[in-house]
Amino acid sequence: MSDVRDRLRAALQDTLPDAIVDSHARLGDETVVVRSDALVDVLVLLRDGADLAFDQLVDLTAVDHAGRADGPRDPRFEVVYHLRSIAHNHRLRVKVGVALEACEVDSAVPIWPAADWMEREVFDLYGIRFRGHPDLRRILLYEEFEGHPLRKDYPKTLRQPLIGPFN
Amino acid sequence: MAEDLRSRTESSLTERVPDTAEDDLGSDLHTAHQRLNMGPSHPATHGTVKFLIELDGESIVDLDVQVGYLHRGFEKECESRSWYQAIPYTDRLNYNSALMANVGFCLTVEKLLALETPERCQWLRVLASELSRVGDHLTRCGATCLELQAMTPFLYGIEARELIWDLQEALCGARVTSNYVRIGGVRHDLPDGFGAVCRDNLARIRELLADFDSVVTRNRIFVDRLKGTGILSREDCIAYAVTGPLLRAAGVPLDLRKSEPYLCYEELDFDIPIGEVGDNYDRYLVCVEEMNQSLRIVEQCLRRLEMMGQGPVDSTDPRVRWPAKNRVFDGMEEMIQQFKSVTEGPRVPAGEAYGATESANGELGFYLVSDGSQKPVKVRCRPPSFANLQPLSRMVKGGLLSDLIPTFDLVNMIGGECDR
Repeated sequence: MSDVRDRLRAALQDTLPDAIVDSHARLGDETVVVRSDALVDVLVLLRDGADLAFDQLVDLTAVDHAGRADGPRDPRFEVVYHLRSIAHNHRLRVKVGVALEACEVDSAVPIWPAADWMEREVFDLYGIRFRGHPDLRRILLYEEFEGHPLRKDYPKTLRQPLIGPFN
Repeated sequence: MAEDLRSRTESSLTERVPDTAEDDLGSDLHTAHQRLNMGPSHPATHGTVKFLIELDGESIVDLDVQVGYLHRGFEKECESRSWYQAIPYTDRLNYNSALMANVGFCLTVEKLLALETPERCQWLRVLASELSRVGDHLTRCGATCLELQAMTPFLYGIEARELIWDLQEALCGARVTSNYVRIGGVRHDLPDGFGAVCRDNLARIRELLADFDSVVTRNRIFVDRLKGTGILSREDCIAYAVTGPLLRAAGVPLDLRKSEPYLCYEELDFDIPIGEVGDNYDRYLVCVEEMNQSLRIVEQCLRRLEMMGQGPVDSTDPRVRWPAKNRVFDGMEEMIQQFKSVTEGPRVPAGEAYGATESANGELGFYLVSDGSQKPVKVRCRPPSFANLQPLSRMVKGGLLSDLIPTFDLVNMIGGECDR
């Protein structure tokens, strides 16, 4: 199965030879880390390449690496895409680093419509914005919610102001 | 569209807005789109979700689905606790089939730990998962009938689900929130006499399924409500990452139990039913057939577990297991290990893992990130009903308002899992 990453590298060789920053297959999960500015090109290639054919964006989420016991990471956030190809029955994890200052990556909605709600969820809980998302608003929480609760610096016990007609 | 729907509703239940589009009936005839606010708690939906519907007469022009009413901060809670303490929270994701979420989470933690579980434990997990799959599908099909005003089949379904829950209670002491699976094992082996009770219950469940089938499957009203409604094409299913019975109803034979076998599914004999057009009727038929297949699997598991004879159901790995009690009383090392296991929980090596299992609703994935400490950095649950609910507006747009009810029911959005 290690040839998924090889196939991707071969496909990127001509156009974006330095798009992949890191790659591994630890615990059997094929993983590539890509440069943020090449993300959309890589994702399109992953969907359209005949021997890649990742037709499903199974999952999209983010990780906040702040306060890790094994040392800090730079950039602080990572957006993680889990892809699956039904035709080839293979999977790939694509990760892209997101710095706290910019806090923005390109949207994958034009590539897989499934990204719509998942990106809204990441925006809602992590405050990462997706450039080009058609309707980026909170999904699990309500409009008046202050902050982004899955960030590590959001205390678990923090209370939110009451909302509604009687407050 | 969703933006202006949202800004203009909320205040009243319905309001009239002028229709700007040209109408075929002629400009002198006044027509207006009506905006309807349905939910978040509505008697015709078994799930806490709000629909903002724009109606032209009785046809749905646009639909904005608003989820999140059952958001409890599952991921945040898990991040502040030990790995073990996340297991009871997974019960509360899909509370119709809590066992499958237990299994999915523990399998992924075991992947991070590179831990092998004993064979008997794997068969017990499959047995438990398949029982809860039947319970989940019974609820889905029964509640669909109920919300289409058919009380009798719902009661057949619930009686059968009671029998499943009785078995689950015998297995782990709880009827709904099981908390049965452990990292590296399961809580108990089968209780004495489980096989006989289980076979009796399975026989009764088969009778109830036959009764259910006889009043529903060829019932004219039921078929008319389901056939040709809520269609989602094969291409749309794939693009929206729809999985589980919905994807199979659209004709894609994808089931993780076959395509990426985990536990001991490879050794089991079962079939994957698929539909043709991906309408509600296909979804219903796929679910009914999956129940029959799951009952087959349960019988095979029982036979296998009886043949196997007694054996360990827990891994002996000291990272996740307490030392034997007599050693704790006698030895210093074992006492320290027991103390640390209880107060801190296991340390999971730094790394990340994604584990996917086929739950009743589709691909239930867990993406876990560890930094080597006792608490997870990230516990992501990839909820199948969140992904499956997303294209709901696509399924019902252009159809009648009344078609929204069976479509939503057969999507089987479970608030606990969708909103986490």
